[in-house]
Amino acid sequence: MSCDYTRTVLHGYLDGELDATRSAEFERHLESCRECATSLGSEESLRSSLQHSGLYENAPVALRKKIRAGLTAASNSSAGIRIPAWRWLAVAASILIVAGISWFSWPGAAKNSASTTPFTAAEMIDAHVRSLQPGHLIDIASTDQHTVKPWFDGKLAFVPPVKDYADEGFQLIGARLDVLGGQNVAALVYTRRKHIINVFVMPTKEPDSGIHAPGLRQGYQWRHWRRQGMEYCAVSDASDSDIYELAQLIYQ
Amino acid sequence: MSGVDQGKGSDVLDTQDRARFEQLVLPHLDAAFNLARWLLKSRADSEDVAQEAMLRAYRFFRGFHGGDARAWLLQIVRNTCYTWLEKNRPVELMTEFDEELHPQPSVSPEALAIAGANRERLTRALETLPPRFREVLVLRELEGCSYKEIASITAIPIGTVMSALARARQRLQRALTPAAPQEAAREL
Repeated sequence: MSCDYTRTVLHGYLDGELDATRSAEFERHLESCRECATSLGSEESLRSSLQHSGLYENAPVALRKKIRAGLTAASNSSAGIRIPAWRWLAVAASILIVAGISWFSWPGAAKNSASTTPFTAAEMIDAHVRSLQPGHLIDIASTDQHTVKPWFDGKLAFVPPVKDYADEGFQLIGARLDVLGGQNVAALVYTRRKHIINVFVMPTKEPDSGIHAPGLRQGYQWRHWRRQGMEYCAVSDASDSDIYELAQLIYQ
Repeated sequence: MSGVDQGKGSDVLDTQDRARFEQLVLPHLDAAFNLARWLLKSRADSEDVAQEAMLRAYRFFRGFHGGDARAWLLQIVRNTCYTWLEKNRPVELMTEFDEELHPQPSVSPEALAIAGANRERLTRALETLPPRFREVLVLRELEGCSYKEIASITAIPIGTVMSALARARQRLQRALTPAAPQEAAREL
């Protein structure tokens, strides 16, 4: 007495890894196979024991500290002079923050620095510059938000909010998929007096933030903010006041 | 515009890399430690190995071209663990041959229910499994990895993850019910 399904497919079913067809097929089989039904019951209870018995072991706090120290040592030995300059800036910045800003806002402020986005400024500028090369800007060309938004469905694990602001002077011209900091992101493309503005959108677990101070690199500027589980970064060669205006429109 | 050089060709890790590493990789330290702990069966050894793996990941970070940072890190952790085991406990890596040839008995849910809430018993049972079975269980049940992630971390083909898990679970069930092995032998 041994059902072939028990040996393998049952586990794919248990783990939610079967496609819809095979899953339905297995469910039909389950109705008539006692062995599989029993097995599934015992596998489920085994799983539940494994997951609810506190077996997961978190790293000790001391280890985290040791590793951070190790990273610093590794950076210092390899990156030479570039770090101290940044360090001093960071130290200066944190002194300013602690001294000047009320206590409850400082954790947010500490996260405000552009370097705490899940991607680097360089990556973002790279992505922006790449998008400006012929044929790279847009995967779906449409000024209609109701065409652009559904286009993302199934291409990303999240659906970005998409809105056209043509009346306010920012016309949506399309969107594309991009990669930032190793993550798939949505890129919404707007124009403002012939300037292209890329708005990168990706999900985040971080709390909402206001629109941060502008960043500048290689002649491009950006504004970054977090709202309702999404991380936004608008980047362009347009003026900061234009970028900020668009940021505010999206933020609302 | 196309001639913009980010100076990213060098192997030198700068502050941006460090920040990126801290955002993408460091948050998975618990996952790294947990996998090491279950592969090495010792918290003390796991601290050393997890630390070594994390620093190794940092050195290799330029080679990480995006994607699943947790899977990328766990792959390094796993390799570091196996290297450590080969050096320090080679016997543990050699105990998994005969089992694969024998069919596994199934175990009643009642027997498992008894084992249910008992953390120590589960720990002991898990620790009797060969590392290659233990790791798929830990990745799946404790870490919540998908088959695809398990395949990339353990370097087994994705098509065999399901059967590896099936075998691992049967082994674990058997380890939880000490009376079963003799019956299994008779059934053959």
